[in-house]
Amino acid sequence: MAHDHGSRHGSDSGGPLWGVMAEFHDPAALSRAAEHVKQAGFSKWDVYSPFPVHGMDEAMGLKPSKVTMVMAFMCIAGFASAWLMQWWMGEVDYPIAVAGKPLFAWEQATPILFELSVLFSAFGALFGMLMLNLLPRWNHPLFGKPRFLRVSDDRFVMAIESNDPKFDEGSVRRMFESLGGTHIDRVEEGA
Amino acid sequence: MTTLQPDQATALGLTRVGTHGFDPETLDGTLVSDPALRPPLVLGNRDFHSVTNTICGWVENPTPKWWMPAFAVASGIAGLGTVMIVFLIITGVGVWGLMNPVMWSWDITNFVWWVGIGHAGTLISAILCLLKQKWRTSINRFAEAMTIFAVICAGTFPGIHVGRVWMAWMLFPIPNANWIWPNFRSPLLWDVFAVGTYFTVSLLFWYMGMIPDLATLRDRAINRMGVKVRLGPLGLPGLGFLDRITNRIELPLNTIAAYAYGFLSVGWRFSARHWNNYEKAYLMLAGISTPLVLSVHSVVSFDFAVSIVPGWHTTIFPPYFVAGAIFSGFAMVLTLLIPARALYPGMKDFVTARTVENMCKIITVTGSMVGFAYMMEFFIAWYGGNTFEIQAFVRRAFGPYWWAYWIMVTCNVVSPQVFWFKWARTNIPFIFLISIVVNIGMWFERYVILTTLSGDYMTSSWGYFSPTYVDIFTFIGSLGIFLTLFLLFCRFLPMLALSEVKNVMPQANPHWSGYDKGHGSHGSHAKHGGGH
Repeated sequence: MAHDHGSRHGSDSGGPLWGVMAEFHDPAALSRAAEHVKQAGFSKWDVYSPFPVHGMDEAMGLKPSKVTMVMAFMCIAGFASAWLMQWWMGEVDYPIAVAGKPLFAWEQATPILFELSVLFSAFGALFGMLMLNLLPRWNHPLFGKPRFLRVSDDRFVMAIESNDPKFDEGSVRRMFESLGGTHIDRVEEGA
Repeated sequence: MTTLQPDQATALGLTRVGTHGFDPETLDGTLVSDPALRPPLVLGNRDFHSVTNTICGWVENPTPKWWMPAFAVASGIAGLGTVMIVFLIITGVGVWGLMNPVMWSWDITNFVWWVGIGHAGTLISAILCLLKQKWRTSINRFAEAMTIFAVICAGTFPGIHVGRVWMAWMLFPIPNANWIWPNFRSPLLWDVFAVGTYFTVSLLFWYMGMIPDLATLRDRAINRMGVKVRLGPLGLPGLGFLDRITNRIELPLNTIAAYAYGFLSVGWRFSARHWNNYEKAYLMLAGISTPLVLSVHSVVSFDFAVSIVPGWHTTIFPPYFVAGAIFSGFAMVLTLLIPARALYPGMKDFVTARTVENMCKIITVTGSMVGFAYMMEFFIAWYGGNTFEIQAFVRRAFGPYWWAYWIMVTCNVVSPQVFWFKWARTNIPFIFLISIVVNIGMWFERYVILTTLSGDYMTSSWGYFSPTYVDIFTFIGSLGIFLTLFLLFCRFLPMLALSEVKNVMPQANPHWSGYDKGHGSHGSHAKHGGGH
């Protein structure tokens, strides 16, 4: 979020160019544009939509999310720590015979093994998702654009970053125009 | 496109609703019985912008007139409960009606009842998500919030019944000065882990689902940041002079909102690369929550089933507890949803008559499952031929607590059967009544199970438990805590999952081309383009 009003509302903050953004009027137009930009070989670009657009992953050529790997790792970690905790505390560190039950056995350990596996995986899901998305990040050049804030409502936006090897402001603008993009605008850093 | 996409059928259905308007046969148009026609999930010919405006409006508009009195009553009752808990702590558990042999009673009844209520949230958000039941999008946020508040109420009871409340931390495997660890072979400890995990995972699931919607509230608050909010007249009787002061007070509430929602939404910017990870994480979380929701009440039932008390030591307990939990959870969702649906303008467009009807059907299914479990308990007691087991069940139905047993059967088994009839499933006030009846019935189910303690093996240790006023007011107080939290949720957080609701609208489909082949989308674009 921007801190001073001037830069949020002005279109020329004077900062170095971060990229160029354009609006598309529906998910279909956005998907077609994404398909085109992928074909054109851009790498530092993204689309922004109020909800995950169906089929956008294929249109953009995104790989399946790695969050499942984070969760799998956390699941194993949860299982292992539940096993170690119950075995070490119950059999090694403080053995106490109750009702003739064994000090440690997998049957009696099952509920906690299951619960901690799930608990760790759930943390892996939320924090893994945030980590892969490089979030939390409360500032971003795009937040300097008042029109961008309407993506959270009903707008569909695409932005290509200036550090993309194929980036050229004029040709990117022409490409957005040919794809039906409107409100094509420069996005500056340091907003 | 030669085949009709599911969302196209939805769109066609929506058009039909639009032309015919209100149809008494199908209530709001969503109760169409033709299975080929998928009823629309969002009514009122809404576009994305009007969905955002309506749902965010509940948070952003001035506090509704009914909210303050409702909050005052709820927090007053919560205060009463707090006084009772403090009284219990400074005096001792003797202020409850606990006695020998009924050494567990309303505290555990309330605990099991509240945990059970908490099951609907995860069921709706996880299991119905995996089953691709799109109607869940309008109620999942609501039900998840309810889950978290119900589990908070539930967690209070074991916390305070331990007697020495300041030792409650010893429930957890924390190193302590006595060098001892909890007994991992006890179902009571499994319970700590099961309920603790359930609460944490529900909270993570709820929060993760809310991140995009908090970002929407953030962006709208940023646009209002320069506008200060006037406190305005308090309207307190006899204190009119204060209004002159409060009329002049201006608060930077929009700035506070922008920073608060901004902080909580972690800088979410609706990027497709982020949605890619988000959707997978959400689906996986739903996947692991599904066995979790089934495990929690199974573990709670182990508290009873692993003991050797006649009437408790049965293998039917886990599935029977889970069915009862879903049953009571759906009833509680309806109890809260029906007034909210009436009080919040526009909510009926999202929570359609069909959504309510679907919930009634689930109540009938799960109610019949618990009814079947009640029958099986008696059958197995008789078929097993164990004298003590037979005695426990005969005593349950015809002993000193016969009245509790028959209230339970009437409320849980008989009352939900009315939903076999369509008029009952579509009559909103009647559904509200039944939902409360089911809540009462489920409370009595937990109570009936607990009172099995009043007569086990030895006649010398038979007794009759009666609650004291502290028991009763602590329970009522927990209802107050629940309602207080719920009212705060309704006031400050997005009650419906905005991005999910938008995603099930026909316009969200990239292959959608308008209700009338293309012209509709252009028309709505022209309307959008004019804004701001």
